[in-house]
Amino acid sequence: MTVNEKVAIDHGLKKDEYKKICDLLKRTPNITELAIFSAMWNEHCSYKSSRKHLKNLHTKGKKVIQGPGENAGVIDIGDDDAIVFKIESHNHPSFIEPYQGAATGVGGIMRDVFTMGARPIANLNSIHFGSPQHKKTKNLLRGVVKGIGGYGNCIGVPTIAGQTNFDDSYNGNILVNAMTLGLVNKKKIFYSKAAGINKPVIYVGSKTGRDGIHGASMASAVFDDKIEEKKPTVQVGDPFTEKLLLEACLELMADDSIISIQDMGAAGLTSSSVEMASKGKLGIELNLNKVPCREEKMSPYEIMLSESQERMLIVLESGKEEKAKKIFDKWDLDFAIIGKTTNSKKIELYFDEEKVCDIPIDFLAENAPVYDRKWKKIKLPQSIKFKKQEFKSLKIENCLKKLLSHQNICDKQWIWDQYDHTVMGDTIQKPGGDSGVVRIHGTSKAVAASVDSSALYCFAHPLSGGKQIVCESWRNLISVGAEPIAITNCLNFGNPEKEKNMGEFVECVQGISEACKYLDFPVVSGNVSFYNETKDKGIKPTPSIGGVGIIKDYKNMISMDLKNSGNIVLVIGKTIGHLEQSIFAREILSEKKGPPPEVNLFNEKNNGLTVLKMMNEKLVESCHDISLGGILVAISKMCIKSKKGFKLNQLKGLVNKFEYFFGEDQARYLIEIRKENLSKADKILKGNSVHYDELGSVIDKNIEFSDEIKLSIDDLEKSYKNWLRKYMVN
Amino acid sequence: MKSSVIIFPGSNCDRDMDVALKKFGFKNTMVWHNDDKLPKSDLIVLPGGFSYGDYLRCGSIAGKSKIINSVIDFAKTGGLVLGICNGFQILTETGLLPGVLLQNKNIEFICKNVFVKINDKNNKYFNKINKEILELHIAHNEGNYFCSDDELKEIENNNQIAAYYCDEKGNCDNDSNPNGALKNIAGILNKEKNILGMMPHPERMIDKYLSGEDGSIFFKNLLKNLKI
Repeated sequence: MTVNEKVAIDHGLKKDEYKKICDLLKRTPNITELAIFSAMWNEHCSYKSSRKHLKNLHTKGKKVIQGPGENAGVIDIGDDDAIVFKIESHNHPSFIEPYQGAATGVGGIMRDVFTMGARPIANLNSIHFGSPQHKKTKNLLRGVVKGIGGYGNCIGVPTIAGQTNFDDSYNGNILVNAMTLGLVNKKKIFYSKAAGINKPVIYVGSKTGRDGIHGASMASAVFDDKIEEKKPTVQVGDPFTEKLLLEACLELMADDSIISIQDMGAAGLTSSSVEMASKGKLGIELNLNKVPCREEKMSPYEIMLSESQERMLIVLESGKEEKAKKIFDKWDLDFAIIGKTTNSKKIELYFDEEKVCDIPIDFLAENAPVYDRKWKKIKLPQSIKFKKQEFKSLKIENCLKKLLSHQNICDKQWIWDQYDHTVMGDTIQKPGGDSGVVRIHGTSKAVAASVDSSALYCFAHPLSGGKQIVCESWRNLISVGAEPIAITNCLNFGNPEKEKNMGEFVECVQGISEACKYLDFPVVSGNVSFYNETKDKGIKPTPSIGGVGIIKDYKNMISMDLKNSGNIVLVIGKTIGHLEQSIFAREILSEKKGPPPEVNLFNEKNNGLTVLKMMNEKLVESCHDISLGGILVAISKMCIKSKKGFKLNQLKGLVNKFEYFFGEDQARYLIEIRKENLSKADKILKGNSVHYDELGSVIDKNIEFSDEIKLSIDDLEKSYKNWLRKYMVN
Repeated sequence: MKSSVIIFPGSNCDRDMDVALKKFGFKNTMVWHNDDKLPKSDLIVLPGGFSYGDYLRCGSIAGKSKIINSVIDFAKTGGLVLGICNGFQILTETGLLPGVLLQNKNIEFICKNVFVKINDKNNKYFNKINKEILELHIAHNEGNYFCSDDELKEIENNNQIAAYYCDEKGNCDNDSNPNGALKNIAGILNKEKNILGMMPHPERMIDKYLSGEDGSIFFKNLLKNLKI
């Protein structure tokens, strides 16, 4: 096939990008070379629209061993232990083929983690679907949940937490973000940087097939009516092979045979070989006839672009080939020496004894285009004054029930019942709490992790929204007694070529960065997913934040279920009653305008650290952060979890009770303490200038208001637990 | 007491079982599926997971693996063989236990705590166990036990049903049946009562910080019975 501008455009390259390629090479590329450029220069691999702004993220900290730029981030959790973690999107494939798209998303992120030498110990996910009434939503949800479960359950890694949201902006673009945490000895971390020349380059894992060709370019384009035709670009997962690959790699990693290792993810053999050579400032030479292929007569073009799953590329220490081969033979996996490292600083490919590619590595990596795209600043929306009569006809009990059964608040047990969350025998906080918690096997330590996003806040004002999600992640970790350490972010946005979408991206990133810096909660890994747009309709800006924290002694972990009648519950942090952009305003008052709640980073940090201090002094019996739905939803969830009741104190002052109960002010927690500990708690709170209110006390049954309204916990539980199951069964 | 846990490619509860057995005092050895000999053992465990990817049918390829011949010989001479989850599926595939495990009735993977009522105590596993209803954990896609009418009659007559799914109070009905299993059957024994297969995972319930600790009762009791 002759290469020309049209062929280049068909490969997703822009006119001027094609011209740049020809200029760099000083000739016309052949079709294999063009394919390699298109794979390396697309948005998904090159971060060409986002790179400029990602540089501003706060990525450093005392506990950071590895920040962004590797297969995953690494943090120090004391002794010789380190946690490797990352979140990644698999949005486009999941919309086209939900089961395989979600499954391979989970498989891909686990490979990123065990590539670094870590055994995966927990999975999480953040999934977003269109309106429940949309005709595709139910099947997409069912397929995605089955795919996530099908992969993670088979590997035997517990899925410990997640988030599921519905909003009509995802009708044509669902989001599937998967996160994995792994445990590694910090002296045995493996990186992707190759070193040394004439070292054997090894291909291990599954055979290469024709699946997933152009996957990365598909993920870098908007959808149109013809998306069904893109099904063949979705990869097919085989978790069984991945389990074998995991065990074989960890076995080989037990000694020092491996110089560098990289999984073949997006853009398969192309990006893995280029990245290893680029990081090591080396060249790489491969004989494509040696690549184990699943199908006959695969061309160099297909071999280089295939996104077949469960494959790894390894640069081995010379002389270790036999030993390594033995391990892969034991696990019945393909093992082939396909090339070597060179000092040419080029990628050179041979096929049928002919040179089919000769490109300097720099052209693909460092010379890849970087765009400073135009973006539009988004102003803080004007405040809305709610009128008294708007609340007059409302009954608090009806509002509460409606919110508890709202799709974005209700219990998601239908989902996590399908995920193995207890395998590995160390899950001490299951899905459904503020964070999932797993013990570090054989030690007294535990790690907590949660994943959060707040698309409505980000849509209303990206800068505040960006800050808010980082804070919410921080609160969710503190609520289980964990010290927050670091985050990973998955930045899901619309089309970056549109100024508004680009503005949402730039300002969300700015918000994330400010909050991370202030809270000393750095970003260590992540990915960007642009072009979440179908027929000109983009998604709401949806950065997902995966937070990780550490609990020094797992016996001190806190949960959200109320412990004993007679105990008091305090609201930590000031309640102003901010209703704009709250779920109450949207669902009860039908008001979608206004600014999201203000994020005060000083209060966020001060309140959080003070709650941790009280936990360390063993004053806190249970804790739950106050987020979507406000105080009343939060206390109801605590009651439902423990099957206990609650008596609310009379509100002080002239606060509107709807604002007080349903406002979504930030930096707040509910904590349960024993009566006799109240004075100690008061001393710490006042000593740290933290505002608090006494909300009421734990009783045996019912939620009782001061005006004698009584709500049965069973009724509330029905509202909370039945929506999703009913929706999926009908 | 010595135990051995077989590792098949795709097993994923092998480590959890190893941890549990050692915690309660077994000297445990891990055995690779491609070995042909078993170490001297008082108990062989086939752990949970997805042996050979559960391709073809759950447990069917493991049922034809190299090590399985030694397991069958060991079982036929009266040796204790315990199969949990995928291990149970393997035992039915080898024919050591009657019946099959179908896909769950709701066609979904189920991971949750369940209660089981011990039915037969006339065996090394449950003899003198001091609790009638245990809270255990299930995590499977194919745990829906099924067998023919004749087989059912036979296993009922021989008291081969080890445990039934039930509720907290011990009622066995549709509501307390998580996966559609025939007669709420959660586990069965062979005629000689030396082979036990069950879907629930006792190894996931061995300390109070986990989903529960009734699994401890099972292991402690088993060890005590083996020592007699």
